[in-house]
Parts: sequence; structure tokens; C-alpha cells
Amino acid sequence: MENKSRRNFVKKLGVSIGAAGLVGGSSILSSCNQVETASGDTITLLTSSGNLVEVDKSQLKPAEMPSLSENQKRGRAGLPNRKWVMVIDLSKCRNARECMKGCQNHHQLRPEQHHINVLQMQDAEHTAPYYMPKPCQHCDNPPCTKVCPVNATFKREDGIVLIDNERCIGCRFCIAACPYSARVFNWFEPRDAEKYEGVTYNIEANVPQKKGTITKCLFSADRLRDGKLPTCVSSCPNGVYWFGDQNEDAVTNGTTHETTVFSKLIKDNAAYTIMEELGTKPRVYYLPPKDRAFPFQGEIEDNHS
Amino acid sequence: MEKTKSPEESRKLLDKITFDLTRSIVKRDELTHFWYFLLIMFAAVGLWGWGIQIRDGLGVTGMRDYVSWGMYIANFVFFVAVSLIGFLISSTLHLLKISWSKPISRVAEQIAIAAVALSGLIIVMDMGRPDRFLNVFLHGRFASPIIWDVTVVTTYLTISVLLYYIPLIPDLALLRDRGSDDIPKWKMQVYKIMALGWKGNAEQYKLVYHAMRVLMILILPVGLSIHTVTSWLFAATLRSGWDTTIFGPYFVAGAFVAGSAAVVILMYAYRVRYRLSDYFEELHFDYMGKLLVFVCLVYLYFNINEFWVPAYKMKTAEGIHLRNLFIGSYAPMFWSAQILGLLLPIFLMLFRYFRKPVPLTIISVFVLIASWIKRYIIVIPTLEHPFLPIQNVPEHFKHYSPTSTEIMITIFSFMAALLIITVLAKMFPVITIWEYAEEKGIDKKFLAEPKK
Repeated sequence: MENKSRRNFVKKLGVSIGAAGLVGGSSILSSCNQVETASGDTITLLTSSGNLVEVDKSQLKPAEMPSLSENQKRGRAGLPNRKWVMVIDLSKCRNARECMKGCQNHHQLRPEQHHINVLQMQDAEHTAPYYMPKPCQHCDNPPCTKVCPVNATFKREDGIVLIDNERCIGCRFCIAACPYSARVFNWFEPRDAEKYEGVTYNIEANVPQKKGTITKCLFSADRLRDGKLPTCVSSCPNGVYWFGDQNEDAVTNGTTHETTVFSKLIKDNAAYTIMEELGTKPRVYYLPPKDRAFPFQGEIEDNHS
Repeated sequence: MEKTKSPEESRKLLDKITFDLTRSIVKRDELTHFWYFLLIMFAAVGLWGWGIQIRDGLGVTGMRDYVSWGMYIANFVFFVAVSLIGFLISSTLHLLKISWSKPISRVAEQIAIAAVALSGLIIVMDMGRPDRFLNVFLHGRFASPIIWDVTVVTTYLTISVLLYYIPLIPDLALLRDRGSDDIPKWKMQVYKIMALGWKGNAEQYKLVYHAMRVLMILILPVGLSIHTVTSWLFAATLRSGWDTTIFGPYFVAGAFVAGSAAVVILMYAYRVRYRLSDYFEELHFDYMGKLLVFVCLVYLYFNINEFWVPAYKMKTAEGIHLRNLFIGSYAPMFWSAQILGLLLPIFLMLFRYFRKPVPLTIISVFVLIASWIKRYIIVIPTLEHPFLPIQNVPEHFKHYSPTSTEIMITIFSFMAALLIITVLAKMFPVITIWEYAEEKGIDKKFLAEPKK
């Protein structure tokens, strides 16, 4: 099924403008209904990956909306035969927070809303502090989906835990149930609410956000469908993230684009999952912060639980 | 039950009982109007607050991503707790054939109905999307404790209303036939309709007894589950402070404490306001005091289990939670609830003097306030201390304090509950007349006699 979302329209538009540079204005004519020569009046648009693009106003036309129910169905089913898995190398994180920024742009979040949060951690009083990016753990035994009264949050067959903000009643039981504090609530009208008014809801990116509903990290399920890495993974400048498919036993680094064997990576580095004792079986693995690439800067905040 | 009386005696006594017990229905004075005005005004302000909350989002409350349940949920648990008194007094004590509780059972049912109705409403007010309330029924899934809660709350409300209404039918017929001229016409019309053509023959009484018995037995499992399931909303999570196995019985025990206190207060209010000291006697307060001591002791036992066992071990996360309760920012609330709302009342009520109406009512007020505070410190401190540190968020995300909108809506819930109780008391006798007359040895045939 062809994805006909607004951002795809923008993408196509970008391609057609590129083509226009090569073969002249005629290709623009063929790609648009409203046939006009470039007016020279441009408008700035934000793409799904958080990049700003300039588009000539004459190129704009209303995007075709995919049907909501089709979107939902696809989003609930997930990608067949996949088991997404993330590996976070704690020795590489220097608190650049590019993952947080990219994520907030992609999912239209306010500055205080974190799908992914880089925490300053210290395991014991005399051990060295380190930075720990913390996305949703996409547990195999997710406490959040069990408690949801309306099936608004659910686990797909590819291991991603998603949230349907068209159904969520805002009871916040999933926030209470999540031991990783990975869930975020839209306490007010979301960021850019007017801008995205009327845009068809995309369950795989959880955009546009909705007031009074939950939002959370989704491993950028919409980008995975396009064969791309999640936003946080590809926006990290320091090679912290590996992402891939457990079924293929391969993970790719978002910065170096190097691909390696997942099972070997976690075995050689003694990877662990956080709060394993709770039995939630997270899909996010951490490589311990040994041989750090960057020193820890600043003071550790004394606000552990 | 007293000895059967002569016809004249019976008629005279019945007239007196009917006169006394319809005083609440007849009485209309400045105080009544003022009371109604007060309740409706506060309730309206609360509704206005809810309007603001719906317009602007739940962000108008003090809740944020970490403390995402606040005063509303504490209040919800409190109302569920108070509602459980209907189960204890009008069912358990009846089934145990403890007859002194009979005049109190309608008071308990009034409280139960008002509290359980409000607990349902508070949950809707706490929702981020109350407009999607129907989703609970359209997409409800039985894996979620919320659905269990919705199920038992509605069942309990239904049974409570029936348990209130069915023993009321003979009274309604009595008022229809013997009601004084002081009762407004429209109320008489309501009685006529609601009495369902009651004639008062033996067969009909048999039916009422039978229905009451069935309901009393039915309410036992439902009543126990309503508060157990509510406790599971917390106990089913992985949070320290909630992740405990005794939350079910702990909540049920606490519920009896809160409910008994509420009954004592309401009994006292009726006794004074409607001059019913012959009906809510010293003896009733004495027994209610003894009952309150008993349930408080059970609750104390559960409190010791709930706090002493984890405090002995002081596991990392539990330790942070407990330190916060014992010596941290919640220590004043915690200790005042434990000492002023539990230990001291137990001690005082062991003496006969403190089981007299006035002292007992004062003690009950303390117990009831303490049990609200208790719910508050069950819900909020746990959420303020998640497993992972709270970082990169504004300062006000880290601690919870209720906003004025939240307080307004909470006051609304109290006022609405009181309004329900007031309307019930103004519409129907606060004690079951026919049961009371029967206790006093009046034959049922006099009940069916029309007014001369």
C-alpha cells in the first residue's frame, strides 16, 4: 500500500523540484494540477525527518489523505517477520542530546516532553557517573498494555509498543504502570496544534499529537516502514545507537552505518537490560560505559528516585 | 423485638413514629434553604472548574508526567472506601441478625449511594478525554483492572439503590396512606407512584424480605470486590509503595473505618436537625463507637503489616518511599493521620464517655479527615519517586501540589455527595418506619390502615 501522507507529498514535491532543475519546467507542470510557472514566492515546510525545505507556493496543493482506518489497521499489525531491537552503547554518549532534538521534531513534542531522555546516572556512590539515553524499552512483557482499559496501547508483532491517540481516554493508568517513566501525557493543547489541524493521524509516528492523550517513543515505526532507521538513531553524532532486527541478528549503527551481528555485540560487551528483575523483558539493550569516549561533564544531579 | 401492644397503643405509637420520622420531609426553614444554596453554589463552582479543565486540558491541574495521578484519584479511592459502609451495616450486620443496626441501615445506604455515585463521576472528571468515555464500553478489555472497577462500581451502585428502594416501598405506601397534610402535594404524588400499589399483605412482605435477603447476600462479594479491585489499580503496578500483596484487605479494612465514621457523623446530624434522639439513641452511638474501635484495630493491624515489614528490610526503592513518609516531606500528613486519625481515636473510644454522641461525632470527624489524608499519601508519594531519576524537566514536574481548579472540583465532589444525601433525606424517611414499628411491637396490620 502506497503511503499517501502529507509528508510523502512533500517528498515527492522535493523530487519533482530536483527534476525540474534537470529537465526544465515541464516536469513541474506534469506533477501538479494547478499549472503555474514558478511565482518566486516560496514557503518553508518541515519534513518528517525534521529538515526544513523551501517550496514554491505555486507547487502547493492539498495532500490526499489516506483513510484513517487503513492507517490504523496497518499501524496495529506491524511489519511482518521483524523483531526490532535497539542497542545503546553507554561508553559513546557525551550528552549531545541530538537524539532528543530529532525525536521532538519528528513527533511534534514540546521541549519538556521526552520520548527519549538522556539521563545522568550513577550506579553507586563511588562509581563514575555516565549518561544514559532512555527511550521506551518496548518490553516483551509490557506492563502498560496490560492495564490499558481500551486497548489504546498495544504491542505489535514486530515488538514495538504503540499508542493510538484516537482511542486513548487519558486515564493515565499506563503511566502509573510503566516502571521506566517512558510515557508522556499531553497536558495541554500539543505543540503546533493549529498547524496540523485536520491532518490525518499517523499511528506509527503518533502525529499529530492530541490533547488529553498519551504519547511515547515508537522506535519511529513510520520510518522503519520506509526502510529508514529511527530518528534518534540517525541523528546521534557519536555512534551511540545500534538498531536492527533480532530475527536477522543484525544491527546497524546510526552514525557509522556499520552493520554487525547483534548477538555477538551484546555478548562481547556484556550487554544488559535495565531493571531486568521486574520481568518486563525490554527490547533495548545497554552496553556498559567502559572505555568511555567522552568524559562526564558537570555535576551529577541529586535527584535519584 | 418488644411485646405486642394493644390496638390503641399501637396506633398511637405508630402515629408518633410517623410524625417524628417525616419531620425531615416536612421541615422547610431558612436553614434548609441556606444549606441547599450552599451545596448548589459550591457544586456549580466545581462544575465550572471542570469546564475550564475540559477547555484547557488536564494541565490546569498540578499533575504532570511523573505524578500523573493526584487528588482526584485519592478522592476517588476515598469515596469508594466510604461507600463500603452500606455493605457492612445494611448487609453484614443484618445477616448476622444484629438488630440494633436496623435504624442505621438507611443512613448507611444513603452514604453508600452518594459515595459510589460520586466515585464514578470523579473518575470521569479525571480522564484526559471524557468525551471518549464510551470507549470503555466499546473497546473495553477485561485484562485491565479499570474495567473490573467499572463493572463492580456500577453493580454496587445498582445493588445499593435496590437495597435502599425495596425496604422503602412499605414506607412509601404508609406515607401515601397516612402522610400528614404538611407534606407537599408533589411529594405525595411521587410516593404514590413509587409505592407501586403496595397493599401490605403478608405475601408482599414475604417478597420484600426475600428480595432484601437476596440483595444482602449479593452485595457481599460485590462490596468486597469493589474496594479490593480499587486497591488492585495500585497493587497491579511495579511501583514501590504500591507493589504489595496486602493492599486488598488493607483497603477494605480502611474502608470500614472511613464509612463507620461517616455514618456516625450523619446519624448525629439527623439526630440534632430532625430531633430524632429517640431513634438514634445513645445506645446506637455506643455500639457504633464499639464497631469503630473494632474496625480501627483491624486497620491498625494492617497498617503495621503494610509499613513495618518493608521498613525492616529497607530495600533501596522502598526505603526512599518509606523515608519520605516517616521523616520526609509527607511525615506531617502521615503521622497526623496515624496518630490523630487512628491511634488516639482507638484509645479514647475504649472509654464509655467518648462513645456518647457528641464526643464520638468529634472523633469521627477526625477519623474521616484522616482517612482522606491517608488516601492522598497512598497515591502521591509513590509517584513522586519513580525508579529512574527525574531529569530534564521543569522543576514543577518533580513535586505535586494541587491547583485551585483541582481543589474546586474536589469540593464539588463533596458538595454533590452531600446534596444527594440531603435530597434523599428530604424526600424519604431517614429510618425505615415499618421495620422500626415492627421492632417496637406494632402489628403490620396497623401499618396498612388508612389515615382517619
